[in-house]
Amino acid sequence: MAATAGSALRIRAVSKTFPTPEGGEVLALDAVSLEVADGSFTVLLGPSGCGKTTLLRCIAGLESPDSGEIELKGVRIDDVPVWKRRVNTVFQSYALFPHMTVAHNVAFGLQMDKLPKAEIARKVDAALEMVRLSGLGARRPSQLSGGQQQRVALARALAKEPEVLLLDEPLSALDLKLRRGMQTELKRLQRETSITFMLVTHDQDEAMSMGDQVAVFDSGRIVQVGPPRDVYLAPRTRFVADFIGEANILQGTASAQTITVPGFGVLSTDALATDGVAAADGQVFIAVRPESVTILPAADGNGTVVDATFVGGDLHIDVKVGDVVISARQAGAAPGALSAGDTVRVAFPSGSVRVVEA
Amino acid sequence: MASTTATQPRKHGRAGQGSWWAGLPGILFLIALVLGPLIIIVIYSFLSRAKLGVGVKWIFTTQPYVELFYSESLSGERTFDPTYLQILFNSALYSLVTAVVCLVLSIPIAIWIATRPPQWRTALVFLVTIPFWTSLLIRTYAWIIILNDNGPINAALEWTRLISEPIAMLYTPFATSVGLVYAFLPFMILPIYASAERFDFRLAEAAYDLGATRLTVLRRIVLPAVRPGVIAGMILVFIPALGSYLAPELLGGGKTSMIANVIAAQFGASRNWPFGAALSVMVLVITMLALVVFAVVNRRATKGGTRQELESFL
Amino acid sequence: MSRARGTGESLKNFPFFGVISIIVFAFLYVPLVFVVGYSFNANRVVTVWKGFTFDWYAEVLTNNDIQRALMNSLRVAVVATMMSVLLATGLAVGLIRMVRAGRTFAWSLIMAPLIIPEIVFAIGTLALFVQIRVPLGVEAITLAHVAFCIPFALLPIRARLRSIDLSIYEAAADLGANEWPIFRRITLPLLMPGIVAGALLAFIISLDDFLVSYFLAGPGGTTLPVYIFSMIRNAITPGVNAVSTLLLLISLLIVTGSYLITRRRRY
Repeated sequence: MAATAGSALRIRAVSKTFPTPEGGEVLALDAVSLEVADGSFTVLLGPSGCGKTTLLRCIAGLESPDSGEIELKGVRIDDVPVWKRRVNTVFQSYALFPHMTVAHNVAFGLQMDKLPKAEIARKVDAALEMVRLSGLGARRPSQLSGGQQQRVALARALAKEPEVLLLDEPLSALDLKLRRGMQTELKRLQRETSITFMLVTHDQDEAMSMGDQVAVFDSGRIVQVGPPRDVYLAPRTRFVADFIGEANILQGTASAQTITVPGFGVLSTDALATDGVAAADGQVFIAVRPESVTILPAADGNGTVVDATFVGGDLHIDVKVGDVVISARQAGAAPGALSAGDTVRVAFPSGSVRVVEA
Repeated sequence: MASTTATQPRKHGRAGQGSWWAGLPGILFLIALVLGPLIIIVIYSFLSRAKLGVGVKWIFTTQPYVELFYSESLSGERTFDPTYLQILFNSALYSLVTAVVCLVLSIPIAIWIATRPPQWRTALVFLVTIPFWTSLLIRTYAWIIILNDNGPINAALEWTRLISEPIAMLYTPFATSVGLVYAFLPFMILPIYASAERFDFRLAEAAYDLGATRLTVLRRIVLPAVRPGVIAGMILVFIPALGSYLAPELLGGGKTSMIANVIAAQFGASRNWPFGAALSVMVLVITMLALVVFAVVNRRATKGGTRQELESFL
Repeated sequence: MSRARGTGESLKNFPFFGVISIIVFAFLYVPLVFVVGYSFNANRVVTVWKGFTFDWYAEVLTNNDIQRALMNSLRVAVVATMMSVLLATGLAVGLIRMVRAGRTFAWSLIMAPLIIPEIVFAIGTLALFVQIRVPLGVEAITLAHVAFCIPFALLPIRARLRSIDLSIYEAAADLGANEWPIFRRITLPLLMPGIVAGALLAFIISLDDFLVSYFLAGPGGTTLPVYIFSMIRNAITPGVNAVSTLLLLISLLIVTGSYLITRRRRY
């Protein structure tokens, strides 16, 4: 992980609007800024229509931003046409040229660079070798499986040795098993080539397992950037807490150093994660991960078990506290430990509660 | 995200998709050779007859349109003469009959093909298209062979002793009509098939399930579904049939002239180009009227969904 | 009680539709069978069968006028096909990029020759050519044919163009290709089946045309259909059937070829 080598990509206040068919306008990117370290693996994560693909397309040059700057290795590329940018894309649909063989597909970009024939042949072989498709160069894309087509698309982009490789939901068309394999494969390729990878996905598991850095998008804005673990443990907004993993979101009233939550009373200061409260006053939202919630049978408890189900090895418990239902997860709980109707005490251990922006 | 990228307009994403000016040579060519002839006809229809009859004299006149309605005696007296109006009317009538007969024949075959297994359908549609792609002249000539006094129909009838003398079928309005129907039938079958093919026949099954009879299902469920095809078919048959030349010429034997034969004569033996042009303008006017009528019906009945059907014969 | 009994297949059948369909197919093909059949008739009177012979084909194929007419037809069809395919390919690509009003206008121009009665188009072109002093003959016929061959050439090309995934172009641009390389290496090869199909259709349409050629032929521009027309006018012998059969055969071969190209999914 060579995150210290400086910046590969610097995006400053990039905005982009699209006209809607009804004649209105949609703000797809709202002054988005992002810095991508050289040789890193950055994941743009967010739900459909949040703008993450638009940003990728702006970087590729397939879309031109209304305002803002994009720098590649310190050089502005906003006005450089697509075909001159040293950035390549793996398209969601793969976009393989159906009338060319696999080898010709991979060679296409190199031919556009007017490289000598021998060098093209060598690079094509190397690229196919890298994605483990050696020997399939003479096939047509239509003769390959979905996973193999995906690898051709990768080889085709990697053969150009781009400064940044952009991957637009590259795994969404693959079935679950294949996707897991390709995730590992992509990580390996990124390590071996030490090319900067930038991947768009709406799958939070994918983002968590692959990225060195995750940028979470919400309605055209990047709401949080950081290593996956940090984003998971310290979600900044209600949206991030909810979108990444599961979270119980509760509303409370903040005053000074305490937060009062209906059904839970005043949360002790040590339950709160260190940052956050100071800034908040009045109505606040707090987020608690289900696996952090502790549940103990207690006759004088504050909640009633609504549902308790085993999923895999975990016990998923829904508890009604006051008007809200809290989800909790207990690993290695004995079957029958809890059942619907039990009165329990629900508590949040120290450091598990985060105050989040609405 | 796929849905957003598909609907978003792209500036740079247009790379390699060419530009509108790629169509410019074609458009200029078509302006010259499609719009040009139409304009020149309108102009010629207001000019005077040339001395020798070929071409025109550039003197403005409405005489060609006067000739449409009046005949002039040697003494220069004008009397109302409906001859040409009658021919125009007859042509429209022939076209209408052709379109209706084609419609009646096409609905069963189009629906029948649409309800065959998919692998049959393409082959059957191809069988319908083949006659369309063969020479109209030869297809019209075929009916001379079939309908003449010694032809297979008369021969068969005589052989069965149903008749002792051959029935005169060739050179009658009947022969012209048969020729027209034969020429235009594929233009009706294919658009109706295009509609029928898109129809989900499970809807018909649902209707049976609700207790409908076959006739009700046909009338209430299937026919409304193929309406765009019917409208497209009517356009593709009625309007071109209006200008038919070969069927009346070869099968009608001059007795059942249609407007095209009169126009052709003005540019040939009769040597009256302006009058021929005026007759052509009348044909264009009827064409426009028919298009407007179909457009109105189309908007009311199908919300404009006939484009696919109009192109179905390719 | 539901009436929906038996298999779904039989429910889709409406009474008599099958019988009517077979009769209609017979109506479409029997006349052509007679044309072909009587071309082997030894009798001079077409419809009175005397015996089997190939003589009419020998006579027709050695007839100088017919040979000349066939050559004219082929010259017209080949050149008209090339021109219409070239213009149609440009139109197909250009239409996509036009603003709505331009597209409607262009589309009306393209489709007009299919809707406007052919006689109007024929005499209009004649008047135009006489007015601007384009000599009648093979070249005049060719130009007029291009106008109504364009829609037939265009539709398969356009269908093909529309089936191309837009991200293909983006991928090509992303890999370093700009306009011309994309057109030459990506668009054109992908359009090829449509172009070939369109060319074949344009070729038949031109080859079979009678009315426009008839008015624009002038002296020396007689095409095969125009010659056949004069044969029918003069004296109907099985010779007419023989030439007609040959023309039918060419059409059949070409339309089958076009059909197979469009059906075949190469990619």
